[in-house]
Amino acid sequence: MNGNTPVLEIKGLRIALPKGADRPYALDGLDLTVNPGEIVCLVGESGSGKSLTAGAIMRLLPEPHVHVADGAIRFEGEDLLALSEARMKAIRGDRIAQIFQEPMTALNPQKSVGWQLDEVLRLHTELGKSDRKARVIEMLERVKIPDPASAYNAYPHQISGGQRQRVMIAMALSLSPRLIIADEPTTALDVTTQLEILRLIRELQEQDGAGVLFITHDFGVVAEIADKVAVLCKGELVEQGPAQQILNRPQHSYTQALIAAIPALTPPAPRDFTGAPVVLEAKGLVKTFAARGGMFSGKRKAVKAVSDLSFVLRRGETLGVVGESGSGKTTVSRIVTRLLESDTGSVTVEGTDLLACSPRELRRMRQYIQMVFQDPMASLNPRKRVEALIAQGPIVHGVDPKEARERARKLLELVELSPAAASRFPHEFSGGQRQRIGIARALAMEPRVIVADEPVSALDVSVQAQVLKLLGDLRDRLDLSLLFVTHDLRVAAQLCDRLIVMQKGEIVETGVTAEIFADPQHPYTRKLLDSIPGRGWTPPVIRPDAA
Amino acid sequence: MTLHLPPILTYALRRLVQAVPVIVLIMIGTFLLLKLAPGDTVDALVGDMGGADAAYIARLRTEYGLDQPVWVQLWLYMVKLVQFDFGWSFVYEESVATILLERLGTTLMLMATSLSIAFTVGCFLGAFAARRAYSLTDNVISTVGLVFYATPSFFLSLMMILLFSVQLGWLPVGGIKTVAGFYTGWDHVVDVARHLIMPTAALSLIYLSFYLRLMRASVLEVADLDFVRTARAKGAGETRLMVHHIMRNALLPVITLLGMQFSTVLGGSVVVETIFSLPGLGQLAYQSVIQRDMNMLMGIIFLCAIIVVVVNFLTDLLYARLDSRIELA
Repeated sequence: MNGNTPVLEIKGLRIALPKGADRPYALDGLDLTVNPGEIVCLVGESGSGKSLTAGAIMRLLPEPHVHVADGAIRFEGEDLLALSEARMKAIRGDRIAQIFQEPMTALNPQKSVGWQLDEVLRLHTELGKSDRKARVIEMLERVKIPDPASAYNAYPHQISGGQRQRVMIAMALSLSPRLIIADEPTTALDVTTQLEILRLIRELQEQDGAGVLFITHDFGVVAEIADKVAVLCKGELVEQGPAQQILNRPQHSYTQALIAAIPALTPPAPRDFTGAPVVLEAKGLVKTFAARGGMFSGKRKAVKAVSDLSFVLRRGETLGVVGESGSGKTTVSRIVTRLLESDTGSVTVEGTDLLACSPRELRRMRQYIQMVFQDPMASLNPRKRVEALIAQGPIVHGVDPKEARERARKLLELVELSPAAASRFPHEFSGGQRQRIGIARALAMEPRVIVADEPVSALDVSVQAQVLKLLGDLRDRLDLSLLFVTHDLRVAAQLCDRLIVMQKGEIVETGVTAEIFADPQHPYTRKLLDSIPGRGWTPPVIRPDAA
Repeated sequence: MTLHLPPILTYALRRLVQAVPVIVLIMIGTFLLLKLAPGDTVDALVGDMGGADAAYIARLRTEYGLDQPVWVQLWLYMVKLVQFDFGWSFVYEESVATILLERLGTTLMLMATSLSIAFTVGCFLGAFAARRAYSLTDNVISTVGLVFYATPSFFLSLMMILLFSVQLGWLPVGGIKTVAGFYTGWDHVVDVARHLIMPTAALSLIYLSFYLRLMRASVLEVADLDFVRTARAKGAGETRLMVHHIMRNALLPVITLLGMQFSTVLGGSVVVETIFSLPGLGQLAYQSVIQRDMNMLMGIIFLCAIIVVVVNFLTDLLYARLDSRIELA
């Protein structure tokens, strides 16, 4: 084969959206080239059209609503758009393979891992049953799944998220495709797993010499893996070039803004809170979840989500709870707000033990401690207007309805939304705006403590930066204390004065953020910090007027 | 010491034990119904005999345990039910259990065939319609299904009799077999089958649309899921997608409905059996209401409740077999 032929060559690609969409073209004039052995990152925020690009290459767009209007897609010199569906079917999974974002939903829950890997071989090869099985086991070994033989018979729900993504990769690579399209393959994974998967993709791709089109929103991941970068903004290619150039010397103002929004890994200067009064004290919290099982199942495995956890939160302080999924950090946030009953321990707010309160007292105490949730769409009642959503808490607590609504409008201004937002419904807002409404709703009760559980995880980086800044500003202006739960150490570094690092329900390290970042004591903390994507890359400081 | 049974057996055992309180509740429920009804067995008996003196009535009450406190009566009632002793039918001059057993076969046959047909055809048509969603074919299938669903079963049955028996003379009007036919062997089977065609068709046509609509919605939902996209990206064709990836997942909610529907179909069979004069439980129930045969009625209610519990138990087992996500241990 001619070594100079690019694996993928996209010229002037235009993808049309149905009438009534926010713009006529999801993608407008994309030019992109992927050479053999090259990893090209396609970067953009949600709605930039990056996933539709993958759909167009695979010819799996939801036609006829969304279709290629113009342009050419050449795969090893062959025009994909001109191929028959039968030819295309033969190429999919064989010479072009795709890895998807969410490995849980991307695998069929009713079929075993082995069956699903086997399917690729059955579709594209003439191999016999035992040969196929040997190949599948070999592939599982290649993606470093422990005990491939039992993974072969396992169902997707029986293996961990990281292993599921390994299975997806094994599936994509089993026929040594020339082009691999990876659509946010690590977004749903923990940082440590993410790093392993990124390394695995890199390693396997180097062995096979395939070209990779890597779609991501995360510049940290880009810094980790990309040879070349293309930046998309609302369907338009704004900048393209070698990774080092884009990361360190971005030219286009949009790229510059995106990179500037990435939380730097430099924690705030330590502030002294020793004199500040304690607003919340948690002592000896324990929570054990009984695993499912009934009368005849014999042994019930108990899962310790939180074991013997204590901490204090002082006025004006932000305490970060960090850890990977399953570390118990969300359980802590639920216990502290008593949305979940703790087995033992106490949570003292305003001199009262929240965990010992009667239901009546608890309702009164709720005004002191409020929550901001991860998914603002799911946590705001879609049938209520914003004004009612914000005012309902105070009204329940006896504030005059008219006054409460008046205050709701003021709160909207405080979270930098227009007061006109008061009469609209949650679905009319963007994700960032909805999270602002969530914050306003929490503030309406004039709490002392706000417990925020992954409040910015669902947001794009540029929006994330704004919401984090807002939270910081409000904390300082209103003298609030924040208990901030997050999996993202970059985010934690932005806002938290102190950190609690959790692993399997236990605190492994706690201390001032700056000190933990500079000199982590526990090996797990070190591992977490080392796994932050792009930790070796310091985003350039770009002055907006420099250009 | 722990017993090491295969997981499916342990699961079955556990579900069986869970069914016990349900059955006890049904017993208490039917007992209370009996108590709430004006008059008791002795009143009915005496009424039947045309009156009796107070001493005789009192003796009968003692004999039947009716002078005992209510909870003792309940206990006696439950003990009898467990022994499948439903009492005596004064209408049939026979024990209720014997009559029920005679009639059970016909009803079960009618229901099993109707439900299987409704389920299979409904699921197939539903999946077919979903693959062509919002097209003319889809609209025709959905509308016709809805028409049958909206048609009262008695009307549908009568119209069928008019068309196929009276006008065309293809099928018998009613009954389970030709009265003076005396068929044996294979001829008997064919004869019974001919008698069952119309009632089965009437019942299944009505319940088919449930499965059709649910399957259509379920297939549409599953077809949009990520793993279907994965399968497409692997190069799987549409038939393969449908059979291996979509159907298997889309069937699960429909199977849940299958168990729940059973009791409704049992209710539907009362009307159909009565119209086609099929000697089943439904017809028996109808006659018992007319003739105020309380014992018979209680027996039917209890038996039907047990059937529903058993069928739900079986659907749970089936579901557990089909859904790999249900951990049996």
